[in-house]
Amino acid sequence: MTNAVPILALWLGTWGLNAWLARFDTRATRFLVALIFGLTMLILWEMIVRLYDVPSVILPAPSQIADSIADHPRLLWGDFVQTILKGALSGWIMGAGAAVIVAILIDRSPFLQRGLLPVGNFVAALPIVGIAPILVMWFGFDWQSKAAVVVVMVFFPVLVNMIAGLADTNALQRDQMATWSAGYWQSLLKLRLPAAMPFLFNGLKITTTLALIGAIVAEFFGSPTHGMGFRISTAVGQLDLPLVWAEIVVAAIAGSLFYGIVALVERRVTFWHPSRRT
Amino acid sequence: MSRAAPILTVLLAIVVIWYLAAIGMNAQWAQDQAARAGTELSTQALIADTMTQDRPVLPTPHQVAVGLWDGLAGQAITSKRSLVWHGWVTLAATLAGFGIGSAAGILLAIGIVHDRAMDQSVMPWAVASQTVPILAIAPMVIVVFASAGVTGLLPKAIISAWLSFFPVLVGMVKGLRTPDAMQLDLMRSWSASRAQIFWRLRLPSAMPYLFASLKVAIAASLVGAIVGELPAGATSGLGARLLSGSYYGQTIQIWSALFTAAALAAILVAAVALVERITLRRMGLAR
Repeated sequence: MTNAVPILALWLGTWGLNAWLARFDTRATRFLVALIFGLTMLILWEMIVRLYDVPSVILPAPSQIADSIADHPRLLWGDFVQTILKGALSGWIMGAGAAVIVAILIDRSPFLQRGLLPVGNFVAALPIVGIAPILVMWFGFDWQSKAAVVVVMVFFPVLVNMIAGLADTNALQRDQMATWSAGYWQSLLKLRLPAAMPFLFNGLKITTTLALIGAIVAEFFGSPTHGMGFRISTAVGQLDLPLVWAEIVVAAIAGSLFYGIVALVERRVTFWHPSRRT
Repeated sequence: MSRAAPILTVLLAIVVIWYLAAIGMNAQWAQDQAARAGTELSTQALIADTMTQDRPVLPTPHQVAVGLWDGLAGQAITSKRSLVWHGWVTLAATLAGFGIGSAAGILLAIGIVHDRAMDQSVMPWAVASQTVPILAIAPMVIVVFASAGVTGLLPKAIISAWLSFFPVLVGMVKGLRTPDAMQLDLMRSWSASRAQIFWRLRLPSAMPYLFASLKVAIAASLVGAIVGELPAGATSGLGARLLSGSYYGQTIQIWSALFTAAALAAILVAAVALVERITLRRMGLAR
């Protein structure tokens, strides 16, 4: 019982602080409130693990996870390069690129559009990770098979968004291009591609997480002796939970960075969009 | 008819490409076998052979269809080889997780909308967590629960719940916030209490958003349940079928499990869409 007192005290104390801070509702306090909440969660986690002697096999404390990250920098970096850079990133670029090209090609034929859009929408909702074992069989254990899984996972969401984006011009805009006697390529480059960008980036942002998931899950079906999915499944087998959590921290940071970079590029590219105006 | 024709054409094209790919990818094995037996294969015999192999690199559509039929209808549904049984194991975990996850998401969204401190504390983290590949921790969850003596449905349901929780939370917060200042002022001028505002205004206007995110969530929880079955030790469920198929090179088994999973996903999403249609029509929101 005495163990619960400091935990409850910390929780109520920081909650009271946050409730007080939240009343100001400025940018700085909003940031502060989120930060305090996150830190409180971490400290509570640490306190619970220490005060109740939770074995690290079940839940390692944040400090143990930090130690594990500090102990294995080269291991984690190698896994990061193998899974994120080679597997996820290359697959993501190939898949998204292919989807954009296919969308532009399809766009010329309304027939194909009406056929592919429902099929693409359907496939985008399917549990595509399931093809991982097949692709691992075809492309071998190294990063190529992971990239292939990522290509398939990324392709359909981007395709569906890009097709919707290319259709997002109104008759007035197209007539304007026609009065300037713009050809297909000119109106594509100057009007329709820029108009499709918000949709494209919407698809790209959704697929950043999908790409990481695809690359990591595909490694559960077979991988060389490095890579984040491999490390997670073997470290779990050795009950080295701090290392597992270290990999998860790396994956979380990589995922947020990946998303952040795409969002940053989006701001640069779609500066004209109403949602960006302030 | 005009809507079905393009879709059918695309599907037909996919099947044709699939057959051609199967012939191309399985030809190597057929030729190796023929070379080992010291015989020459005519083109016709080669094509026939690529379509009837036991463990093809790429099974042809009709082989998958036979595998599917055999798994779905050819076995007693209690048999370990029945896809109905494996599908049910996965479905149970999916539905349990979906129920827990969406209920938790809705409750937390209600809290967030009514309490500013909670909103500013939790929301940034909830949004940020969308960018984290949560699925990667699935095997860890399974093993941790197994070491605590909990196996079976619950660990998988927790992964599913975790995956369906965030879409519902984010969608529901957005939905509960849709009433604009004018509508809220109107409620206030009728001196409505907070509970009344919630039940009469906020909840009804959140429904379209809720259903949109429920559709995302149920697909996500199916993926969660399947991935939750991947770690070694799982012997039942569609994920375990995928894994054992990949261990033993049973490609037809993998493809039939995959198609069962796809059908399950389609049925689940369609079921949510149906409930959505009925609810929205009853509320007069259907367009």
